[in-house]
Amino acid sequence: MGSVSATLTPAAAPQEAAVATEPGAPVSRKTPISLSLFAALAVVVFGVLAPSGVSSTFALSLPGDETQLTPLTLPSQATGFALGALLAVLAAYSWLLALQRRHTPAWLTIVFGGVWLFAFLVWAVADKAMSLTGLLQGSLLLAVPLVFGSLSGVLCERAGVINIAIEGHLLAGAFLSAVVASLTGNLWAGLIAGPVAGLLVAMLLALFTVRYFVDQIIVGVVLNVLVIGVTGFLYGRLLVPYQDSWNSPGTFAPIKIPLLGDIPVIGPVLFDQSVIVYLMYVVVTVVHIALFKTRYGLRVRAVGEHPAAADTVGIRVNVVRARNVLIAGAVAGVGGAFFTLGSVGAFGKEMTAGKGFIALAAMIFGRWTPLGALAAALLFGFADNLQSVLSIIGTPIPSEFMLMAPYLATIFAVAGLVGRVRAPAADGKPYIKS
Amino acid sequence: MSTSVTEQASPSAPGPEVRRTRSPLLDTALVTFLSFVLALAIGAVLIAVSDPDVAEAAGYFFAQPVDTLTAAWDSVWGAYVALFQGAVFDGSASTVQGSIRPLTESLTVAAPLIVAGLAVALPFKAGLFNIGAEGQIILGAIGAAYLGFTFSLPWGVHLLVAVLGALLLGGLWGSIVGLLKARTGAHEVIVTIMLNYVARFLLAYLLTTTAFQRPGRNDPISPTVDQNAQYPLLLGGWSRLHLGFVVALVAAAFVWWLLNRSVLGFQLRAVGANPSAARTAGIKVERSYVLVMMIAGGLAGLAGSFQVLGTEKALSGGVSAGIGFDAITVALLGRGSPTGTVLAGILFGGLRAGGVTMQARTGTPIDIVLVVQSLIVLFVAAPPLVRAIFRIRSAGSVDTLQVSKGWGA
Repeated sequence: MGSVSATLTPAAAPQEAAVATEPGAPVSRKTPISLSLFAALAVVVFGVLAPSGVSSTFALSLPGDETQLTPLTLPSQATGFALGALLAVLAAYSWLLALQRRHTPAWLTIVFGGVWLFAFLVWAVADKAMSLTGLLQGSLLLAVPLVFGSLSGVLCERAGVINIAIEGHLLAGAFLSAVVASLTGNLWAGLIAGPVAGLLVAMLLALFTVRYFVDQIIVGVVLNVLVIGVTGFLYGRLLVPYQDSWNSPGTFAPIKIPLLGDIPVIGPVLFDQSVIVYLMYVVVTVVHIALFKTRYGLRVRAVGEHPAAADTVGIRVNVVRARNVLIAGAVAGVGGAFFTLGSVGAFGKEMTAGKGFIALAAMIFGRWTPLGALAAALLFGFADNLQSVLSIIGTPIPSEFMLMAPYLATIFAVAGLVGRVRAPAADGKPYIKS
Repeated sequence: MSTSVTEQASPSAPGPEVRRTRSPLLDTALVTFLSFVLALAIGAVLIAVSDPDVAEAAGYFFAQPVDTLTAAWDSVWGAYVALFQGAVFDGSASTVQGSIRPLTESLTVAAPLIVAGLAVALPFKAGLFNIGAEGQIILGAIGAAYLGFTFSLPWGVHLLVAVLGALLLGGLWGSIVGLLKARTGAHEVIVTIMLNYVARFLLAYLLTTTAFQRPGRNDPISPTVDQNAQYPLLLGGWSRLHLGFVVALVAAAFVWWLLNRSVLGFQLRAVGANPSAARTAGIKVERSYVLVMMIAGGLAGLAGSFQVLGTEKALSGGVSAGIGFDAITVALLGRGSPTGTVLAGILFGGLRAGGVTMQARTGTPIDIVLVVQSLIVLFVAAPPLVRAIFRIRSAGSVDTLQVSKGWGA
């Protein structure tokens, strides 16, 4: 590893808090530098180079909504300048903190990111119109499998098992839920089959990593290939020739929650969705509380950070790990079910198309926490949907570069260019009791 | 954790009285063979249970149980015979060339698998897990194709220039990983996974630009590469086998020499065994990371050149064809050694080539090949499991595959 300090264990100071570092310790200026660069970029591209005299229009209501809001119309260039100035102020504050040998707090980076994104939107929609509600609604739908996938990653890796097989869990879940829902004619049976499929893949992961101590990354990579192979094989053998009986599950209809669903903008986005989306809210909450507020979570984290210490106090390390891998598989399987029962309505060969790896990225970007993973997954879903929306209304940026954004962001994150991410200390290391 | 393919002490080591009847090498070969058998057996079950004829016969299983078994046997036997005929020898062909063409096709398909496998196997030795062969192949293919169809150079020179382009771009893409690891400590597995996607979208973008897209076409495909830039065919027009296969063997020999006979190779292995000790001994660990990933990227880039200058003859969105991911299984089955990688590459090349024939002749989807491949590697990675299934005793050590470290440290 690059720095010796990276090999030090969990005691490393929490980086995001705005606390003064020890006297004499070098203070990283990466954050203020990158914030300044992004602010400068915003001022130049979204302000100086933006077309003048035109405006950006955002529709705030969907056509069917009861309360129709007037669309938000902003002068493109002036808004670009204003937001650019705001970004510059935030970057300057970050410099101020760095000069006082203090870290930039997380909220500042988040606010900065949000403002930057909005400035980008105003610029991209210059002289055009876009439905903000539609954009957010589509983003959430694209984010659902990512959220389940990244939560699965969090559950695994907090216990010290690297999960590269999220893609496999998702694909298996998508496959089995579609098949079971088709054969039984019951969507709920399909929704149960999704996590079962994820569980089956997770059992293999647990068997090889926890029982046989095989390299976790290898097992994950190979399991992905296995699931692609099995589902692709059965798809060609059964789902294509017998599509009516094997591959026509249908989809869950959206359920509108009374009152909440009528809130402008937020209502249709968050509270007029299918049951899997509501399940997602529940799972995120449960995983967060379970990991950080319960004895179970404390044990899991102990196993992920320092298995030998956990063992000493009587925690059965490999049992905890195996259990978490299985739970994680089931969680990801629900995300897989969303592909077929939540959106498309039929299984397609390799239909997860790398979403499992974006979920992995989201987990890393979210610093191995459920809420962070949720935020990152929503952000990546937003980027994905923005890309497709912009390619329809016409955009100054080729859509391929927008598609790259989540992956590049993750590389920046692990390279420490935008804050530092740290994995659980024992992540990826088999625990062999001596 | 250990950082190279290491032998871990067995938790259930046999007592001293156990006779050592097999050498560790023979034991490895046995486990590999049994893994292959197991994988084919599971594949057979999958083929049989998903066959509609078998299902139909199973409908009256208790009346005529033999029918079910016959149908299952026919289904599996037909598929595997077609697989063999497509991979090795086709006795049904009328000419000699026709009957051995499957073998040459297997070798053709094996060439990129071998070099890409080396691109994964070499960094193993330095303690790095390169999942990024896919992206490096794409970059290599971009370099080879661009130089191949844009310019018009004399015979010999053009091929050389195009291949150098592939080496260079692939090496560059690989060295990004090494640099980030050396400078910032970013874990290579994460970075390579992400760079695979970046490369894929970069390729998709390039194929929409005028510099790369074939004139008059709307789909993502480049012009055909110049005749002079293509790898010459080895056996004439009846087989696709091209010079690339020889290049792949030379590359394997080079990697063997690099690892076992050069100073750099010694340093790489030292870094792989224990980076801290290597640093103490005066080896520049960071430099090793960059170099090994650069060489690996170059090797994967070479695989890209086989694709565009050898078999495909043009750059398309699917030019990498999943070779970068198969390469991981190739390197794992080959246990990270150059010789093993060549053998594993030929085996998987045969499975790929045979799978095409199998799908065409029996309608068995080629995806079964992926199942067999991944199962072989899973079993090979866990010898204790294979031994438990076949009830054979260990030859002394449990050689569970451990190549990578955790994310964090």
